[in-house]
Amino acid sequence: MTVTVLAGARVRERRLALGLRQADVARSLGISGSYLNLIEHDRRRIGPAVLDRLAVLLEVDPAVLTGTGEAALVEELRAVAAVAGGTAEVDRTAEMLGRFPGWAALIAAQARKVGQLERAVEALNDRIGHDPHLSQALHEVLSSASSVRSTAAILVETEDIDAAWRARFHANLHQDSTRLVAGTEALVAYLDSVEAAEAQGVDPLEEVEGWLAAQGWHLAALEPGGGGVVDLSALASGAARILAQGWVVQAAADAAAMPMAAVEGCGGDPVVLARACGTGVLAAMRRLALRPGSAEGFVLCDGAGAVLLRKPVAGFAMPRGGAACALWPLFAALARPGMPVTALGEMPGPGVRRFALRAWCEASHPAGFGGPEVRRAGMLIAAVSDGGEALALGGTCRICPRGGCVARREPSILSEMVPPDPQAGAARF
Amino acid sequence: MGAGRHVLLVEDEPNIAEAIRFILMRDGFRVTTYNDGTGAVSRIVAAAPDVLILDLMLPGVSGLDILSGLRADPATAGLPVMMLSAKGLARDREAAERAGANVFMTKPFSNAEMLAQVRMLALP
Repeated sequence: MTVTVLAGARVRERRLALGLRQADVARSLGISGSYLNLIEHDRRRIGPAVLDRLAVLLEVDPAVLTGTGEAALVEELRAVAAVAGGTAEVDRTAEMLGRFPGWAALIAAQARKVGQLERAVEALNDRIGHDPHLSQALHEVLSSASSVRSTAAILVETEDIDAAWRARFHANLHQDSTRLVAGTEALVAYLDSVEAAEAQGVDPLEEVEGWLAAQGWHLAALEPGGGGVVDLSALASGAARILAQGWVVQAAADAAAMPMAAVEGCGGDPVVLARACGTGVLAAMRRLALRPGSAEGFVLCDGAGAVLLRKPVAGFAMPRGGAACALWPLFAALARPGMPVTALGEMPGPGVRRFALRAWCEASHPAGFGGPEVRRAGMLIAAVSDGGEALALGGTCRICPRGGCVARREPSILSEMVPPDPQAGAARF
Repeated sequence: MGAGRHVLLVEDEPNIAEAIRFILMRDGFRVTTYNDGTGAVSRIVAAAPDVLILDLMLPGVSGLDILSGLRADPATAGLPVMMLSAKGLARDREAAERAGANVFMTKPFSNAEMLAQVRMLALP
């Protein structure tokens, strides 16, 4: 059983009426606050088990939340009347439903449809403003439609039109109608792909990483003689395209500042490359990791430790969601801007497990001398067979089987945790 | 009605430009068209039209930038300008007004309405 499109609003209204916090309700349901938020905004449907628990928590019949019962319909009609204003006899809503159930259902359905369309208009307006691909596609369609409309009107309204002009306008009409059809088809395909991506809940960062991986992590078009044009149309969501656009701008600047000859001649040392080309070390690390055929992995994070890019390397687990292992040298580098941090790290599990890790953090002040400091750190990851002492690392606590880790922040789902020495520090598991 | 007054049209869509040119010429206007915005400000100043019709999105340059340049030049600060755009968002309209457009018209437009607006802008 799933709920109707208005279920989100009903859940939210009922929760607010009872004075309950979203986070508390989510906790009681055993779901995350963000998931409940999606439900309340009709971005996720409710399964029957959650619906039943939610109805108990909100002290209503499930039918009221799903909008399938008579009481729910009365409530919905009253809400419609309240929103629309006017002179509807709100106090006789139940009577109207009893006498004219068909009309009542129709009014409610129309109100739902209006609500859906209003939300769609809002979303499209927002998308047009922030999605250059959609903006361009709509521009193409509207330009063709404009030409068709003006040209057709001329042909219809001008009785004494010269034969040469008429022939010209007929040709223009044919050309524009063909363009209009192509533009409309492209737009529909694009919107379908966006809808599919959003329905799948694809994370924009993952989408961009998948797109970069499909190109071997190297944008050849940005190298000298490559044409400079990078096609972003394979990215379905607007957010991913915005992220990718930023990445393209950065990669173009890297390619211009660090010629491939300098990259090949630096011996794989980002500090040497940065010094030779007059760039930052972080940019040099990025350039090295994303050069054609590079086997090195790379991870980039901001000052809060949020991962901004993951170029994976076999055996080095990188979390898809949630925080990474706090022992990664990447995070040690965050505390020491401008200082190289190197370590030999070992990952748990079979296969390639040892990695030479080189991390670097850069601090910048984009808003000037008095502005806030912005830090970003990057880490190059190279598989090695070095037998020396290695730092015991993991991917993320949730899936890391290491027992007794002093940096563990939550239990693993993979094995029983061995509690660390309570004298050792702040770890709780 | 156009009485030989000069309309300069900057529009990169050739078929739209042709339709506008036909409508205005039949009404007695003299029409010159540019299909891109390269060096538009100096060309417009040199052409000294009575009315300018300017597309918002031109290859390589924004119609808003051209309009701002015109308003900054004393020779064209008072030139009547109609801005055309396929973007009908309120913020685009407001941006055009802030840049100094006299009329903002969204595509697709009605030929009759476009002509009426140009006639009004061309009034001495």
